[in-house]
Amino acid sequence: MSHHTIDLTNVHYHYPDGTPALTGLSLHIGHGEAVAIVGANGSGKTTLLSHLAGLLFASAGEVNIGGYPVAPKTLSHIRRTIGLVFQNPDDQLFMPTVYEDVAFGPLNLGLPPASVEERVSAALQTVDALALKDRPPYRLSGGQKRAVAIATVLAMEPAILVMDEPTAALDPFARRQLINLLKTFSHTKIIATHDLDLVLDLCERTVILKDGRVLADGRTRDLFRNKPLLAEARLEQPFSMQACPVCSQA
Amino acid sequence: MRNIVTAWLDLHYLDDLARQASFFHRLHPAGKLVITLAFAVTAASFDKYEIAGLLPLFFYPLAVMALGRLPSSRLLQRLLLVSPVVLLVGLFNPLLDRTPHDVAGLFTIAGGWLSFLSLTLKLTLTTTAALLLIATTKLPAIGAALRQLGLPRALVVQLLLLHRYLFVLLEEVGRIAQACELRSAPGKGLPYGAWGSLLGQLLLRTVSRAERIYQAMRCRGFDGEIRLLMLRPMQARDYWHLLAWCGFFLLCRFVNLPHAFGHFLLEVL
Ligand SMILES: Nc1ncnc2c1ncn2[C@@H]1O[C@H](COP(=O)(O)OP(=O)(O)O)[C@@H](O)[C@H]1O
Ligand SMILES: [Mg+2]
Repeated sequence: MSHHTIDLTNVHYHYPDGTPALTGLSLHIGHGEAVAIVGANGSGKTTLLSHLAGLLFASAGEVNIGGYPVAPKTLSHIRRTIGLVFQNPDDQLFMPTVYEDVAFGPLNLGLPPASVEERVSAALQTVDALALKDRPPYRLSGGQKRAVAIATVLAMEPAILVMDEPTAALDPFARRQLINLLKTFSHTKIIATHDLDLVLDLCERTVILKDGRVLADGRTRDLFRNKPLLAEARLEQPFSMQACPVCSQA
Repeated sequence: MRNIVTAWLDLHYLDDLARQASFFHRLHPAGKLVITLAFAVTAASFDKYEIAGLLPLFFYPLAVMALGRLPSSRLLQRLLLVSPVVLLVGLFNPLLDRTPHDVAGLFTIAGGWLSFLSLTLKLTLTTTAALLLIATTKLPAIGAALRQLGLPRALVVQLLLLHRYLFVLLEEVGRIAQACELRSAPGKGLPYGAWGSLLGQLLLRTVSRAERIYQAMRCRGFDGEIRLLMLRPMQARDYWHLLAWCGFFLLCRFVNLPHAFGHFLLEVL
């Protein structure tokens, strides 16, 4: 299956106020890969993900998903392929109840009521949030909101899952639960994050961004061993890879 | 500032009320919508000096509060908040309209006072009915009902998005107000000079949040049509309810019940 590949070639993007956010970014992601996008604040991660979901269009260069260029005409196809989980779940949940929120997407796909019902239950079951279905989203905890936000995307049955800082603002337990959940997904996964320990757990491959372009791209373990590279990208080696001063003295 | 805003626009509270599952909550939204409209039209159609005839209409809000198990005190508070507006509307009637009117043959009073009282009663009745509709029906369901009744799509979508925007506005107001409270000197309010930039902040923040929410909607296939969960068809009990209430409103409108009741008592005695 080659039809869920992602290709960006020499993509440039300026925000309307003139800020250059992507400056010649090229990237290929194959079917079934789990790729981490890391980089300092402002390095262009969110902007990159917005291009994949067709929320922004490249000023120059080309974004291809499954062989289709991301353009206004192909949007309905693109959005069926890509499921984007926003950085802030409050932006993603807008219906009065969790159930209605998860049903919003499938209803827009024009599915019959019975299969909408099925998809909503399945998605909520997957993230272990079926019990929350009648609650209003704004009354949930951070971890629950994140889980429901993921369910809203899963209910669309996208081939590619794209997440923007999924573990930001989660407590350690909720974070661990989320990581375990993500491990069970067989989708192509693209995760923008500062959480390098999560990357070690989930992603074979890492792309490091700096100033809107790819600074390094390779196997996660190799990149994370390269301290000068991490320093250049304003990142820090994950705790689990740092030699433990206490143990090493023993 | 925070308290006023949150009290005024306590949407979450109304939203919570609308989430209950009483008999009245479970009635079909279209039916409730029509009942509310019929009620408003009935109240508004009374003669501008009518007072006694309006009184039986109060039975409707009382019944809904009882059937919907709604806390009347909290709803009355909401009503008190809008009462200045209601009073203001008819404020000049007593000055403008001085035609003398007989009250039950006991004394005369300027027509303006009667019409002022009558208008206030009518507005109170209609606002209460609207409040009760919102407190017993979730907004998306009202939206779906409006669509079913043939209102244009664009209008309904606007209404639903506006509702959602109000929530966003409220959250941002809460956040900003809290930040201000923490930073201003204890006991002192915010300096007036800061209000302008604060409002600007609020606008920018809510607009950018609204934009992100809109993007999230587009990502999930939103194309201008809000497809709500299917409303179930109207059932027998919905029709019965609708008929009963409309019948009651017509009765109130065309039979002066307090009058008739008085007569009835006189005949019996
Ligand atoms: N709406 C916007 N308008 C103008 N500039 C923006 C906007 N959003 C982001 N930027 C700028 O674009 C650059 C990349 O931002 P972003 O993609 O959000 O980075 P990241 O997600 O990696 O933190 C930053 O310099 C940021 O200041
Ligand atoms: Mg970001």
